[in-house]
Amino acid sequence: MAKKKTTTTASTSRSKRAAERDKATLSKITALAEDVAKSAYKGKDIAIAIPTRTRSNTVWNRKRGILEMGDNKSSRELFNLNQAKQFMQTMLHSSSIKELIEAQKTLSLRGMFYKGLHTIAGTKNEKTFAAQDESDSILEDLEVSLGALREELHVFAENRGGMVGNITIVDKGDEIDCRRMGSGGYQIPSITEPDILQFKKVDAKFVLHVEKGTVWNRFNEDRFWEKHNCILTHGAGQPPRGVRRLLQRFDQELQLPVICLLDNDPWGHYIYSVIKQGSISLAFESSRLAIPRARFLGIRAKDYKECDLSDDVQIALSDNDIKRAGEIAAYPWFAENRAWKREIDQMLRNGFKMEVESLITKDISYVTETYVPERLKAKDWLD
Amino acid sequence: MSVAPSLPLLDEMTRSHKSPPPSAASASSRKKPSKSAGRGKATAESMATMQRDISVSEFFAKNRHLLGFDNPRKAMLTTVKEAVDNALDACEEAGILPNIAVVIEDLEPSRPASAKQSRYRVTVIDNGPGIVRKQVENVFGRLLYGSKFHRLKMSRGQQGIGISAAGMYGLITTGKPMIIHTRPGPKKPAHHIELAMNTKTNRAEVTVDDLTEDFPPQRLRSINAGTRSADFLSHTDFPSGTSVSIELEGRYQKGRGSVDEFLELVAIANPHAQIAFVPPSRVSDDDRDEPTLADAAANTDAAADAAAPPKKRASKDAEIDPSITTIERDGVTIFPRATNDLPPETREIQPHPRGIELGILIQMLRDFEVENKGGGTLYNFLQEKFSRVSSAKAGEFCKTIGVHSRTKVSDLTPAQVQHLFNEMQEAKLPPPPTNCLAPIGVRQLLAGLLKGVKAEFYAASTRAPDVYRGRPFQIEAAIAFGGELPAGDTARVIRFANRVPLQFQQSACSSFKAVVETSWRNYNLTQSRSSLPTGPLVVMIHMASVWVPFTSESKEAIADYDEIRKEMKLALMECGRKLGTYLRKRQAMRRQAERRDIFERYIGEIAKAINAITGEDPKKLYDKLLEEARKRTAVADATLDEEGRMVKKDEADEFRDDEGVVFVEQRAAHLQEAEPEEQEAAPANAGGDRVKLTRRKKTSKKRSSDSKLF
Repeated sequence: MAKKKTTTTASTSRSKRAAERDKATLSKITALAEDVAKSAYKGKDIAIAIPTRTRSNTVWNRKRGILEMGDNKSSRELFNLNQAKQFMQTMLHSSSIKELIEAQKTLSLRGMFYKGLHTIAGTKNEKTFAAQDESDSILEDLEVSLGALREELHVFAENRGGMVGNITIVDKGDEIDCRRMGSGGYQIPSITEPDILQFKKVDAKFVLHVEKGTVWNRFNEDRFWEKHNCILTHGAGQPPRGVRRLLQRFDQELQLPVICLLDNDPWGHYIYSVIKQGSISLAFESSRLAIPRARFLGIRAKDYKECDLSDDVQIALSDNDIKRAGEIAAYPWFAENRAWKREIDQMLRNGFKMEVESLITKDISYVTETYVPERLKAKDWLD
Repeated sequence: MSVAPSLPLLDEMTRSHKSPPPSAASASSRKKPSKSAGRGKATAESMATMQRDISVSEFFAKNRHLLGFDNPRKAMLTTVKEAVDNALDACEEAGILPNIAVVIEDLEPSRPASAKQSRYRVTVIDNGPGIVRKQVENVFGRLLYGSKFHRLKMSRGQQGIGISAAGMYGLITTGKPMIIHTRPGPKKPAHHIELAMNTKTNRAEVTVDDLTEDFPPQRLRSINAGTRSADFLSHTDFPSGTSVSIELEGRYQKGRGSVDEFLELVAIANPHAQIAFVPPSRVSDDDRDEPTLADAAANTDAAADAAAPPKKRASKDAEIDPSITTIERDGVTIFPRATNDLPPETREIQPHPRGIELGILIQMLRDFEVENKGGGTLYNFLQEKFSRVSSAKAGEFCKTIGVHSRTKVSDLTPAQVQHLFNEMQEAKLPPPPTNCLAPIGVRQLLAGLLKGVKAEFYAASTRAPDVYRGRPFQIEAAIAFGGELPAGDTARVIRFANRVPLQFQQSACSSFKAVVETSWRNYNLTQSRSSLPTGPLVVMIHMASVWVPFTSESKEAIADYDEIRKEMKLALMECGRKLGTYLRKRQAMRRQAERRDIFERYIGEIAKAINAITGEDPKKLYDKLLEEARKRTAVADATLDEEGRMVKKDEADEFRDDEGVVFVEQRAAHLQEAEPEEQEAAPANAGGDRVKLTRRKKTSKKRSSDSKLF
């Protein structure tokens, strides 16, 4: 009985649109299954078309400034020795998702792995999934082949990333004042779609996104968001989809500029690239994740001299870093951007990288009190 | 270098060697009469009184380990072995298909369980030609007396030590004489003789000597149920022959180096022999029941085979019949005859000039001089006493050392003899004749292995004869793979010299080194550095030679001559190549079989998932998917069939053309796994029946999956 109650309360708070989307997802899954059965009865090849998620099938849409998925599709066949198991796994997850939608519940990626996990009938101990990554990749396949987002499949990832700032939001009906989040901040959920999360009272004028929690803590402790009237987010490294979607909604719905403070190394550059243009593996979602207007505030290669940092902050570039920097420099959106080309060249010339924390050598709050405010004032950022 | 005068020791040795009349040996002990010398400072004279001849018997009585009597267990084995070797030699020389019975009686069945050894009576009976009365004492009662030492002819025994030493060991440990029954012909009465050896004189003393009709001895037919059977020791099987009984302190224990293993190996190397073995009723308490090669086979087949009497199982021609295996019932183990072809008779040969030693040459010259009463010419000597010396070559030799072809051998100077010897080593001569060798032959090797080893694949090869130190020899190798052999162990090497199994000192043996040095990895087997290959493999090596170079008198290992080891490796490589071909095909076959199941495995899951989504009838969908899968695998099946048949065709046809290979399909693990019902199909009509079989299999499989699913 208790279960039913929660379901009802959840469904009442859900928007009409969400219910429609569930209906659409369900019909897509049903169509997929019916197609398989139909092919079987007709004696045709039994296969599912899955858009390929590879670099070769990723297209740089210069006009929109985002990465998009190409039209290449691969066929996953049942009667192909290398694909038979994946085919079976795809069907298993399809039925699990149907069950989730009907029960109006969600599961984590790991939960989905366990949902589908059992010993295959008629075998001694062959499991349906050998490890979670098999299950994860099947879910991504389903997303693209059904043309449905992960949250539409009622699957979510671990919460990651945090937020504070001059904004009040509504998360599943609960009003959350991000000005009163203490030292921990609001944990950004993996699904930040409008039907889950709505904006209410927005005072902030821009968003400052930092790379990781430690730096974010520094800014939060110094009440940076209060002083500069902004929203402060972090993505715990490469930001997950929930954080990216939220940033994009700030940009699109609230017209808030998104400004990134990342490390001066190829990894930091890559994170910026993902936030701005989207990633290869999630290219099919770029249109709702990528923020072409996002800006890169720092750390810049010139900062070593400009901020008069000590030698101690230098971390030598490894061979791998140099190689990675070359690859990133070749991305069309960087290659066509002179300022970026110079930036990467300068980093390579420096021969070292710097973390945001390197500014602490100047003063504990140098980054919040001097560095960021000055750069913002000077509009000294990369686009 | 002067030869003859400077070699007094050699002279002494060779003289006593050349004429061993019975009196000579006994005379030797009288040679130095002992005078009682006063104790005190030893002088040359007083020491001289202590110096005396040593009889060979005395020497070996003290050094019995040299002959293989180091411990009670090995003594038992050596006794059986010497008697069986003699029995087989005797039968073969007389052209009789050997029937051998080995009976071990426990004479102290009530001994305490902790006893490390016990008293046994070992009796070996053969159906050979028997022994004439006056030779009995010499054959069984003296060391270094025999027919085999002086000639260059292939035989099991060589030195004339074996059986007499066994009798001597029995006498020393139990005080009981050796009992011999021998019937020289079906119509003749049997002699019953009991012999006790006098080690001082190297002569036997006869304690009992009478005539009897009791051959084969009836006493042995009442030991247990098996021996009471009419087939056992029947007069028809043993119309003539010899039975030797020796009582000894020994120990009967199974496992490696046991009597059981020995007989099993003898049966492998002598498929023309039928051997019955009655083990003692009680074995040593800590008997490790380590299974020997055919133990498993014997146990499983015993019931099935019990119906057919063993004699009828022997095949009528040289065709190999894999169904002939060791049978054990009612306390009698029978190693049935697998072929009725006796090994070809071997010729005695003259020594080959190359490889002869100087001392031997001098002795031969002297013997020739005596034979011709001082008148033989060198030319005749060379022609008559050596193999492969043509008249032209003999003349050439005479010319090179600067003597006339009519020069008498007595007129040769030591320098000329040395020169002749050198020339002989250098001369270009054809290799020695090989009709002195009787290899087992590939078919017989395979028949023997099939009988003793339950494997699925057998290959054998016989090399062409070669020569070491002027003595011809021939190497044969065979391998057995898969089937019921243990897969995790290192390969087992079984070694034979002139059809006699070698059970000890494996690592000292040339053949072992040859196996280790062969690169088995080339043939899809695993092998770590400088060790035996690992896998379900038995490697068999046989060396046939007029004189097998053993490392010791107990004949346990073959000396490591380069020529011999090289031939062994070549023979092994030939077998290995055949095995490699087979294994590669087996692997391909297995892969195919695995692929077939993949689709069927997932169909159940898919049907269930679709049912959950659309409500589609799962049973109907499952059947449809299975039908589709079957349709698709039918294509795969066809190719598999074709390939499978190709594999079989290869195994049967290609290998049928090759008489060095036998493939036992029933035991091939991969075929059983892939198609359990395949065994029922005769290989000949595989093509037509195959489809039906496959379908039947699928149906049954479907049914079982159904029950699990719904």
